[in-house]
Amino acid sequence: MRKLPSHSAQTPTSARGVAGKSAHHDSAWKHVSGQARYIDDIPEAADLLHAAVGQSSEAYARILSMDLSAVREYPGVVAVVTVDDVPGHTDIGPVFPGDPVLAGDIVEYIGQPLFAVAATSMRAARQAARLAKVEYEKLEPVLTTEAALAKQFFVRPSHSQLRGDPDRALANAPHRLQADMHVGGQEHFYLEGQACLVEPTEDAGVFVHTSSQHPSEVQKLVAEVLDLPIHEIQVEVRRMGGGFGGKETQAAPLACISALLVRTTGRPVKFRMARADDMIQTGKRHDFYNTYDIGFDDNGLLQGADIMVAGRCGFSPDLSDAIVDRAMFHADNAYYLDQARVTGHRCKTHTVSNTAFRGFGGPQGMMIIERAMDDIARHIGADPLDVRKRNLYRPGRDQTHYGQTVEQHVLAELIDSLETSSDYRERRTAITAFNRRSPVIKKGIALTPVKFGISFTAQHLNQAGALVHVYTDGSIHLNHGGTEMGQGLYIKVAQVVAAAFQVDLERVKVSATRTDKVPNTSPTAASSGSDLNGMAALDACETIKQRLVDFAVQTYKVEPGDVTFSNNQVHVGTQAFGWAEFVQQAYMARVSLSSTGFYATPIIYYDREAGQGHPFLYYANGAACSEVVVDTLSGEYRVVRTDILHDVGQSLNPEIDIGQIEGGFIQGMGWLTTEELVFSDEGQLLTTGPATYKIPAVSDAPLDFRVALLPHSPNREATVFRSKAVGEPPLMLGISVWSALRDAVASMADYRFSPPLDTPATPERVLGAVTATRRFAGLNDTASGAAPCKSA
Amino acid sequence: MIEFFLNGEHQTLANADPNLSILEWLRTKMRLTGTKEGCASGDCGACTVSIGSPDQTRPERLRYDSINSCIGLVGSLHGCHLVTVDALKQEPVHPVQKAMIDCHGAQCGFCTPGIIMSLFTLHTARHSDALLAQQPVPDHQLLEALAGNLCRCTGYRPIIAAGRKACVETWSPAADQPQPLSGPDWLQAPDMIAALTRMATQRSGLEEVATHRRYDTPLTVAELRSLRADHPNARLIAGGTDLALEITQQLKDLEHLIAVDQVAELKTTEIRSDALYLGAGVTYRQMQALLPQYWPHFAGMLERLGSLQIRNKGTLGGNIGNASPIGDMPPALIALGAELELDSTEGVRRLPLESFFLDYKKTDIKPGEFIRGVTIPLPHANDQLLLYKISKRLDDDISTLLGAFWLRFDDADRTTLSDCRIAFGGMAAIPRRAQATEKALIGQSWDAHSIAAAVAALASDFQPMSDVRGSADYRNTVAGNLLTRALLETTRSHTDPALPLTVNDYA
Ligand SMILES: Cc1cc2nc3c(=O)[nH]c(=O)nc-3n(C[C@@H](O)[C@@H](O)[C@H](O)COP(=O)(O)OP(=O)(O)OC[C@H]3O[C@@H](n4cnc5c(N)ncnc54)[C@H](O)[C@@H]3O)c2cc1C
Ligand code: FES
Ligand code: FES
Repeated sequence: MRKLPSHSAQTPTSARGVAGKSAHHDSAWKHVSGQARYIDDIPEAADLLHAAVGQSSEAYARILSMDLSAVREYPGVVAVVTVDDVPGHTDIGPVFPGDPVLAGDIVEYIGQPLFAVAATSMRAARQAARLAKVEYEKLEPVLTTEAALAKQFFVRPSHSQLRGDPDRALANAPHRLQADMHVGGQEHFYLEGQACLVEPTEDAGVFVHTSSQHPSEVQKLVAEVLDLPIHEIQVEVRRMGGGFGGKETQAAPLACISALLVRTTGRPVKFRMARADDMIQTGKRHDFYNTYDIGFDDNGLLQGADIMVAGRCGFSPDLSDAIVDRAMFHADNAYYLDQARVTGHRCKTHTVSNTAFRGFGGPQGMMIIERAMDDIARHIGADPLDVRKRNLYRPGRDQTHYGQTVEQHVLAELIDSLETSSDYRERRTAITAFNRRSPVIKKGIALTPVKFGISFTAQHLNQAGALVHVYTDGSIHLNHGGTEMGQGLYIKVAQVVAAAFQVDLERVKVSATRTDKVPNTSPTAASSGSDLNGMAALDACETIKQRLVDFAVQTYKVEPGDVTFSNNQVHVGTQAFGWAEFVQQAYMARVSLSSTGFYATPIIYYDREAGQGHPFLYYANGAACSEVVVDTLSGEYRVVRTDILHDVGQSLNPEIDIGQIEGGFIQGMGWLTTEELVFSDEGQLLTTGPATYKIPAVSDAPLDFRVALLPHSPNREATVFRSKAVGEPPLMLGISVWSALRDAVASMADYRFSPPLDTPATPERVLGAVTATRRFAGLNDTASGAAPCKSA
Repeated sequence: MIEFFLNGEHQTLANADPNLSILEWLRTKMRLTGTKEGCASGDCGACTVSIGSPDQTRPERLRYDSINSCIGLVGSLHGCHLVTVDALKQEPVHPVQKAMIDCHGAQCGFCTPGIIMSLFTLHTARHSDALLAQQPVPDHQLLEALAGNLCRCTGYRPIIAAGRKACVETWSPAADQPQPLSGPDWLQAPDMIAALTRMATQRSGLEEVATHRRYDTPLTVAELRSLRADHPNARLIAGGTDLALEITQQLKDLEHLIAVDQVAELKTTEIRSDALYLGAGVTYRQMQALLPQYWPHFAGMLERLGSLQIRNKGTLGGNIGNASPIGDMPPALIALGAELELDSTEGVRRLPLESFFLDYKKTDIKPGEFIRGVTIPLPHANDQLLLYKISKRLDDDISTLLGAFWLRFDDADRTTLSDCRIAFGGMAAIPRRAQATEKALIGQSWDAHSIAAAVAALASDFQPMSDVRGSADYRNTVAGNLLTRALLETTRSHTDPALPLTVNDYA
């Protein structure tokens, strides 16, 4: 990193829309008028073909024969290809091998692509793809995490992180609890399904329009499949209709298959997955099986913990190594575990290969320690909030189980502030009183924190590039390696550029992400989009600014310190020039007005062998307080109020950050409540559409929803204008809803019992918790026998 | 041939595949790509469009309703004004668009066109009434308008805020140079209304020349009867909210469709002596305005049935005709003792609704027959109907189970139950009565003791299945608990609103 950015983007007379101010999404008008183009909206060439794939109907089997004659003969079908038609690599695993582009001899999940069809319409391609006759020799599949654990059947080796001597701490602790829990997976349900459009180029390469978070990887994999140098492939991503991690690696297979069909037919090919195919064929959030063994003192202060997290990875490694790592890194959430061991397993099952999803394993890891906090509270008869506060990292108790020291302690104050603004204590009292009177409806409340590590845990991904051109009329063109999926990255980075030059935001135009403008980019993931690309863009701006300063110094005989940029002007000594005018002068003097920029995150490292290091540049923090009502006869529930206070450092765009927080919270809540992935005993996904897979709808949002940004909290690290990443952390604020549900149910046993509640906490599971609680309290199973209530 | 208007322009269509959805037609034939596909199953709302049709209550005016274009077939457009987001590109922007921008209501933007059209339709409805136009939109109505639109990015708060803001703002046309689609006037253009009124009296249809696939639209029961008799293998289509899924999800190509939605006689709603008669073509939206007057519990239940888009299209006849074990109307109507009316060239046949359902998706309908309507006995003074819908998500979700309790008490004090009919959906292969349970209750005092006996009897009535919506255990437990809820609701001296019995009370 060459130059540190100034600490604040704002100068007294500021240009419009620069970093730190709210600005609308750059596509806002196009969004609301239906003019924003997604892949399926790109005008179609007359000879366009549509792709579909034939799917395996077995979870684990050897293919004995595949008769595709009916597929080939179906009206409209132009080409059918199998793995034998692949000129280059047949394995397109993103990090480790294991993902065949089309199946070879063995299939490893129901829905796995066997062959691909190109036809004159999408409907014909899909109808034809169903006509294959495939003979299988069935093999014995492994379908659950527990079965995989029992067989030690893993996609990648297990490993542990150790701090001190947890076994001794546990043995000596005054109190010790053990528990296990299942944490469900999650379908991304980006509203725009996976899609790409691939066109042949005149040099036998291809141009790929894709809805992908990782264009450079798409480019590389397509090149490998076609056996071409990477420079023959160009990839463009204008925008995605949602990504959430589901388009980090999962978009590449579509591009590879389409490219193969382009190679075979010489015609452009579009591959857009119908919703059901998308849900069946693309990976989801990993479901986890977690256990804890914890020891604590009479106040509930942790003295030791032995935690196991096991992710169901599906049939291939994909990104699972890093995802389970991140679950391990977050098995402490915001709490000092003291003597600790955290072990992570990457279980192999014959199901679709699970993948990145907002939080990347972190949320699943956190669930086990949040469960522990509630359990400790019930055990010692304390309010769960007090137990949480007591266990927070703080000076002296600040080293994580993986060796990184927590340096910025934001949470204690943040929680205090939220506790006050949400009236937590008063509402707790009111709720306890209400529950005593109400026979059927029980209320619950919980305030839970989030501490989330920011950086890719794979060190090499923490780099970014940008390209900035200043044109002679003063307008600015910006391009960077980050992709836009709705998170507002384009506008935020444009604001950074506007702030760097101190010009109005309208002067800055961001164009589609393209591999031929900025090469070798990292995925837009790990919440890193604006941290990385903002810094790279700033770097490019600083280079151009330096040239402009040099030019001013030479031309006007001033000191470099006499040249400043503010409010659409360049001040040179006592003179002021309009931005465009000054740029014009520089152009005439043959000054280069274009530059690339680059950024690599400093400090971070992680020694995986030792399980120790400093994997994160910093932590993002937040907390949420949610109140729910639960119907103890049906298990149905509703969130009546949520208050959130979140730390985004010095926000680049407060409105966009609030949007990320609200959306993340609702998505996290959905993950833990109504979003249930159901598989048959044969390993077939049964919830293949929104009719059966229920993401939150409008009235699932809290009736009363209050979100605020933590004021005056610049990032201590030198991030772009001292902001903090905001993409993933808020998802875990949803944990407050789950904990509040448990709280409501626990009221039925006078808060003396911590009801187990696996996730997703569907009404059925909540009713299960109700039944368990009644049993504990010795109540019969009807509502008339309401819990005998003493004060908690 | 069918005739309709698209964004103010007259359109005709004759040689077209009847399996073509409105969405596919818009996107692939008209290349109007503003309207998005998120699921093609009616669940996400990305494809929402607004449909104008002659307003039955206000002559010479069109009313506008939101529907899912992904499961609306092109044939159903005859006589309608189809409005899509593509019409809304003029300056000054529509208040709904402005508010969505101001409130940051779009992130990835993919759900946005659908949200815009749901809010546009709400805005249009409120501004067709000068009084409502100035008042803040009730939250309840706003949420209802949005419940069929999924957004994965925003968490909805800004969208709700945008809806509130926009509804009190007027859509003004461009001041200087008049543009065809600017301001609201084109939605009520007199020549378009005249043309649509003419179309309503004309029989329409489609036939794809290459495949001979057909879409017929009879206008009278007589025409429907004879078409049904001549083509016993043709499929009837009403709102299409169920049937269209065979086309979009199972990829079936249906050869011949006979639409019942233009048959005026099937839309009858009237009181016939001491019963309410509902034609098969009555939509949920119409039932929402009617049924709660007699049985208040229909209000809460219908609100949770599908989404507004579905309720604008879905019909009573379709809900009975598809014979789903988890359809919401059949258990309610069985509990009410409704009688079904079937019609054909052989004449009219009447039977208790409960005996119409034979087995999973199998009914007693004979070739050539169609459902004409149902007759529902009106309530007596001491009658009560309780409807409890249970689903994983509160909005727009198919029931895991639905309990319908028709209770007749001896007197207003509700001490003794003199008669009852209890029916469940989701507990068996068909919607069915719980006879043993009823027996345990009839003639007994209405108290916890009888309920306990009834819960025990319930076990002999049903052996439900486990599926994606819930396990057999859950269904059994909740079915019993709903009896408890019924008791609590009907007997509590405590109709204490501070102590609600369901989470719906917090809506
Ligand atoms: C997103 C979504 C949500 C839904 N939610 C619910 C819900 O919460 N509860 C619920 O109960 N249902 C729900 N449904 C199912 C819904 O499609 C039906 O309830 C609806 O009533 C069907 O009516 P229709 O007019 O659209 O029927 P269509 O789709 O037109 O027809 C359905 C069937 O009935 C037959 N049919 C139609 N009319 C007649 C007639 N007059 N005589 C004989 N046969 C006839 C048709 O041939 C067809 O087989 C939902 C559907 C969707 C897509
Ligand atoms: S596309 Fe989802 S409802 Fe129509
Ligand atoms: S803005 Fe992305 S789905 Fe709504």
